[in-house]
Amino acid sequence: MSDRPDFSGFTCPLPKLDHDTVQMAHGAGGRLSADLFERLILPRFTSPELEPRDDGALLDLPPGRVAFSTDTFVVTPLFFPGGDIGTLAVCGTVNDVAMMGGVPQALSVAFVLEEGLPLADFHRILCSMEATAKKAGVRVVTGDTKVVGRGQCDGIYVNTSGIGVVPAGRDLGAHRIASGDVVLVSGPVGDHGTAILTARAGLGVQTQLKSDCAPLNGLVEALLASGADVKALRDPTRGGLAAVLNEYAVAARVGIRLDDGAVPVRDEVTGVCEMLGLDPLHMACEGRLVAIVAAGDADRALAAMRDHEHGGGAARIGAVNDRHAGVVTMATALGVERVLDMPLGEQLPRIC
Amino acid sequence: MKHLDEFRDPALARALVERLKRITTRPWTVMEVCGGQTHSILRHGIDQVLPEGLTLLHGPGCPVCVTPLETIDRAVAIAMQPGVILASFGDMLRVPGSHGSLLEARSRGADVRMVYSPLEAVTLARANPDREVVFLAIGFETTAPGNAMAASEAIDARLTNYSQLVSHVLVPPAMAAILDDEHVRVDAFLAAGHVCTITGWRLYEPISARYGVPIVVTGFEPVDILDGFMHAVELLEAGSPKVANRYGRAVQADGNPIAQAVIDRMYEVCGRKWRGIGVIPQSGLKLRPAYAAWDAEQKFDVGDITPQEPAECIAGQVLQGRLKPADCPAFGTKCTPQTPLGATMVSSEGACAAWYRYGRKSAT
Repeated sequence: MSDRPDFSGFTCPLPKLDHDTVQMAHGAGGRLSADLFERLILPRFTSPELEPRDDGALLDLPPGRVAFSTDTFVVTPLFFPGGDIGTLAVCGTVNDVAMMGGVPQALSVAFVLEEGLPLADFHRILCSMEATAKKAGVRVVTGDTKVVGRGQCDGIYVNTSGIGVVPAGRDLGAHRIASGDVVLVSGPVGDHGTAILTARAGLGVQTQLKSDCAPLNGLVEALLASGADVKALRDPTRGGLAAVLNEYAVAARVGIRLDDGAVPVRDEVTGVCEMLGLDPLHMACEGRLVAIVAAGDADRALAAMRDHEHGGGAARIGAVNDRHAGVVTMATALGVERVLDMPLGEQLPRIC
Repeated sequence: MKHLDEFRDPALARALVERLKRITTRPWTVMEVCGGQTHSILRHGIDQVLPEGLTLLHGPGCPVCVTPLETIDRAVAIAMQPGVILASFGDMLRVPGSHGSLLEARSRGADVRMVYSPLEAVTLARANPDREVVFLAIGFETTAPGNAMAASEAIDARLTNYSQLVSHVLVPPAMAAILDDEHVRVDAFLAAGHVCTITGWRLYEPISARYGVPIVVTGFEPVDILDGFMHAVELLEAGSPKVANRYGRAVQADGNPIAQAVIDRMYEVCGRKWRGIGVIPQSGLKLRPAYAAWDAEQKFDVGDITPQEPAECIAGQVLQGRLKPADCPAFGTKCTPQTPLGATMVSSEGACAAWYRYGRKSAT
């Protein structure tokens, strides 16, 4: 699959440690803490800012406004087809910064480890983070590790914060959305949420589906470099495409109408969702973006996305109107317009 | 996607709409019994393309909606007992009881789990021998075989820490109750294909004959449903009240005997209260007395349950086809899917939730 990160050639041997699992002492600040940091964590995140081992990082940033975002990752299961909590933690924050128009520069990484977590699992997660950060071209510059007792967290929680610099003249956001703009999506939706759902033990559904988890900063730069007038960008994570579009409709006081059949959805995603009574447009993506673009620039923006490894499946899915402010609708096969609402409450295990 | 796209084919659907308009010469009222069909009708906007003379009524076929408040209150009370894991299907967890839903019970410390398959709860019981696992078994004839199979597996394995709180309901007695209701006029029914996959379509012949109503068994996709309406109107216009099976790709005359056998082995027919409607004789299933040790209602003494329905909720009238969701003053204001007053606003198959989700808009 060309639109997903490929770590197949990547190997990362587990350093020799005195323990096989996380001990409370790994978070106590003593010798074991230092050991964990020096031998397991630091080798994965070499950066000039991290090297002095100070309490924080000093950064020299290019000129421009700074985009700053944070996210905490509690996904279960920790490892899923197409990625793991480490891949997700890097992609999630890189993508949030990129959607603000920021060119991601630096990440902080904080772990909450559960006593008893196999260090081989932690190491595998660290290796994923290293590979994903390299792919995204972003440095890990500071971090923290805490350990909690067995049963007090689900193996590992990861927080990442990221900063990026927004080049002068870039203005993205709901405030720029206007009637007539078109809605684009960079590829099939719902892969991540559905992959996590089917990876969940006990569901008894087997698919070849993989999470779409990928850093999107390269795609964003390619899209913006096309010269298309991009008004707003968002990655449809929790709540999926439906949530992002509803948020835009409310924030920009516009209506959004999708064409039925225009939203790309893989057959496996449709199949799993039909079976479980879920809507693919409510399922999370972790490697897709929604772009609101001036109508005349739609073709140029689509071409730029389709030329990029993470935008091969890009499609035009609908348009912005001034007829039903705050409401997203969808044209059905019968030519009838119906509401596409926000998803509600808990329908899935934790997905990000 | 095969077996799906052909039943959502726009050209075929539009042709059926045109044909339906041509053959409808008199006003008719057709009720789709099943909540899955209600959901599909609103999701695809079928209600907006039907001929003027054809009135739709949404029936009581949402299992979450008709589960009595007492059962939810009992489930919450059992879940709050120490050592209990209470498992059920997703939507069931959000239905408001007199004192909150099962999800709210979870936030107060109860161990409530959402499962996708009834067998997951049996697995939970095996994995947690020191805990009591209670499965809230609800639904129509469609979910009954799975739930009965789970009961059978647990009982055959003598899993003493597993039990079921059973609140199963049956479709035909509810249809008869609606036809007996002098306030409701139903000229024909669409019957749910998945129920008939289990029961067979012949089950409806006595009702069709006794009340003189056509009953058309159909599926859940737009083409299925439009085809169902078309055949219902054809039978009505021809004055020919009979059962027509339009879901031949899944439904046989006598249904699935293996599924029926497992239901019959574990459950027996009983009177059952339907939320918002009242007690309908012979309309429910419960565990057979031989399995009392696995019956959560008998296993857990939670005292008297005195349910309190919100006075404003008209769910019962909606479920019987007497009122439409929008007739309710609380619809979309006090009562929304986030803050449901009644179960019809909770389940994705509930008429109120489907109206809210697909029908509410300022679009013109």
